[in-house]
Amino acid sequence: MSELTLTLKKELIVPIDASIISPTNLAGKTVGEIENLELWRGNRKVKLNEVFHVEGKSEDEEENLIVRLIGDFSKARGLGFKMKKGTLIIDGNTGLRLGEKMKGGLIKVNGNAGSWLGSEMSGGTIEVEGGAGDFVGAGYRGGKEGMRGGKIVIKGKCGAEAGAWMSNGVIKIYGDSGIFPGMHMKGGTIFIKGNCEGRAGAEMKDGKIVILGHLPSVLPSFDIEEIRASVKVEEEKISGPFYLFTGDINEEGIGKLYVSVDSNSQLKFWEKFLESVI
Amino acid sequence: MSEILIKNGFVFDPLNNINGEKMDIAIKSGKIVEKVSSKAKVIDASHMIVMPGGVDIHSHIAGSKVNSGRVLRPEDHVKDYEVKTKVTRSGVGYSVPSTFTTGYRYAKMGYTTVFEPATPPLKTRHTHEELRDTPIIDKGCFPLLGNNWFIMEYLKEGKLEECAAYVSWLLNAVKGYAIKIVNPGGTEAWGWGKGISHLDEEVPYFNVTPREIVRWLCKINNILNLPHPIHIHTNNLGKPGNYVTTIETMDAVKDLSKNGKVSIHITHVQFNGFAGTSWLNLASGAPEIANYINKNTHVEIDIGQVIFSDTTTMTADGPFQYILYLLSREKWVNADVEAETGAGIVPFRYKKSNYVNAIQWGIGLELALLIKDPWKVHMTTDHPNGGPFTHYPKVIAWLMSKKARERIINKINKNAKRRLDLPGIDREYTPYEIAIITRAATAKSLGLKNKGHLGTGADADIAIYDLDYEKLNPSEDYKLIKKAFKQAAYTIKNGEIVAKNGEIVASPKGKIYWVNSKVSDDIQKVMLENLKTKFEEYYTVKMENYIINESYLHDSFMLNVQSEV
Repeated sequence: MSELTLTLKKELIVPIDASIISPTNLAGKTVGEIENLELWRGNRKVKLNEVFHVEGKSEDEEENLIVRLIGDFSKARGLGFKMKKGTLIIDGNTGLRLGEKMKGGLIKVNGNAGSWLGSEMSGGTIEVEGGAGDFVGAGYRGGKEGMRGGKIVIKGKCGAEAGAWMSNGVIKIYGDSGIFPGMHMKGGTIFIKGNCEGRAGAEMKDGKIVILGHLPSVLPSFDIEEIRASVKVEEEKISGPFYLFTGDINEEGIGKLYVSVDSNSQLKFWEKFLESVI
Repeated sequence: MSEILIKNGFVFDPLNNINGEKMDIAIKSGKIVEKVSSKAKVIDASHMIVMPGGVDIHSHIAGSKVNSGRVLRPEDHVKDYEVKTKVTRSGVGYSVPSTFTTGYRYAKMGYTTVFEPATPPLKTRHTHEELRDTPIIDKGCFPLLGNNWFIMEYLKEGKLEECAAYVSWLLNAVKGYAIKIVNPGGTEAWGWGKGISHLDEEVPYFNVTPREIVRWLCKINNILNLPHPIHIHTNNLGKPGNYVTTIETMDAVKDLSKNGKVSIHITHVQFNGFAGTSWLNLASGAPEIANYINKNTHVEIDIGQVIFSDTTTMTADGPFQYILYLLSREKWVNADVEAETGAGIVPFRYKKSNYVNAIQWGIGLELALLIKDPWKVHMTTDHPNGGPFTHYPKVIAWLMSKKARERIINKINKNAKRRLDLPGIDREYTPYEIAIITRAATAKSLGLKNKGHLGTGADADIAIYDLDYEKLNPSEDYKLIKKAFKQAAYTIKNGEIVAKNGEIVASPKGKIYWVNSKVSDDIQKVMLENLKTKFEEYYTVKMENYIINESYLHDSFMLNVQSEV
């Protein structure tokens, strides 16, 4: 195992494109080589050592490499872009597009993450101690492909449209979620432990959304199937009971939306549409 | 003045009967000349093929419908973008590229002239704005007249000369180049909640039939002496069994051929060449259509080849686009343009494994290979309906090499493979024939006297491809062909080198071509009096605002045409 530490020299005022910073890209390079890498700061190209102080070793294979970033990276975009193996640890907040198109490895954020966290990723794991912005695991603007695999775990809350266009993988949100989780979803699982602002699963075609907290209402384009005692998220069995809805009927979807019965007394009226109540 | 000498190239210039002869081409001040001075810049084209610049007769590159397509398809752009260079601007593709990218990508392939084949007259101002912004290539547009209320009213009343005067006025007003007809009467009927499935079915309210509309506009085309014949997208497009309608449409104007000239151009025939009675037993109608065209001289076609790719379909045929939406369940756009026409846009993906798509792919190639006279065939993909124009090199390779076709045939749907005649067709196009279907025949059909050939006095629009004709064995070397046609070694536009080995080195502006049609003052006066009142009644715009000034086109080329009335 070797560790490479990149410390921010001073607070970022102009955003930087940090997509070259990932274990995949830095493995096998000497500190000198890394310092001479170029990145965009605003509309100018600068040497990496103008922004970061670099120390440690990175001659190892990428799977054994830990890249640790220290500082506030709210204005750094695309960290861990297309990373395949290894570990990226960020001690601080991060900006847009963290782990975009990531294929494998681990990203750990000891702070908050920005929007488009893990967008279009296909493998690997992202863990965020704080919250995240909008479009977690979603497709990029205009794209029709969201997250295709891997796992995103957010300990705090997240913004709107988590898992938009996702087709596989898992997103776990332990806090509250914004509006429209699982929009246009085609597969995979979204688990929301907290409350959801609403409109879960709009235009979803397939996949699974589990909401343990409060959901103001279920979209009228969903149909109630039954009440389930528990639901499985990955290997974990989560006990309910849950209302099980399917939809989105407008898209001829067969997506599954599980909503906790206990936290949602306002959804009780759906029960009269059930043929048999457990 | 700049001079260029292209030395020792194998020249293919079908309009001047030059078939692969080794010769020099001299250029001075944007024209091809007999000889140049010793100061001329020399391009060594030995081991290369020299052809006139490509002329595309049918490609949807500009206008309100294309732009709606751009807005509809962000996912199309995100995967294909161009970074700006010192010469070029940035832009996006893929199936509905931005204007600048369109110009650059055509120039890279050696194309120098492209016609936008469907513009609603009312929205042609927008079309010209985009054409203006499309660099390098020369261009023009065909206004849509097949569902125009005024024309159908004139037809109902039998006022041929007045209607001819109206068409002449309209072409001048919107600076159009030819008469385009899309689903004659059908788009209008759809506006009434009805469909037209036969040439003799009446359009609601107007009580005229598609057959009458086509014949009427063909007669007007003859009266006005327009450079290009009527350009038709037939009824029943995209429906099984529609090859019958296609042949009927061609036959409807057989007697209207003037001095033995072509009287009708049927466009993207692949989409109108379906045999069979349903999607399940769909088959190719290409042999029947080819048979008819081989026997008759008044018809020409462009093929509208399908490419297995993701694309965006867009036509003025609202009802057809609705059917396509039902098939694909994709997002879609539908529009109605006041008194003139309609439009629809649906994203679509052609798949090799899909039976219908595979048959469609076969129909396009069968048409090109079964029609004996290449002068009657034009190569298009009906960009972007069959596939983006950037795939032309693939189509050229398929036409030139049986082996290249077989590679795809072995991958397509097995049932489709069994049903198609294509595997049994041995014909392979020669470079000379390719030059015909991509430039010479198209330029001739469009009446562009200075384009599509390399004779003295022609515009110096030239494409040089890195193919050694002496060593080339097209049936084996299809990969080389594809590569060469994808990136012209040199593209010369108006005597200036614009692209070199797939890179744009200069980005001059192209001209917009339009016809200035003249009719006698008497008939025009009568027509205008009538038109003014109708304009007030039918349109949301004033007549004065409808007319586009020549200066609005910035750089234009006016073709004067004297009519017979």
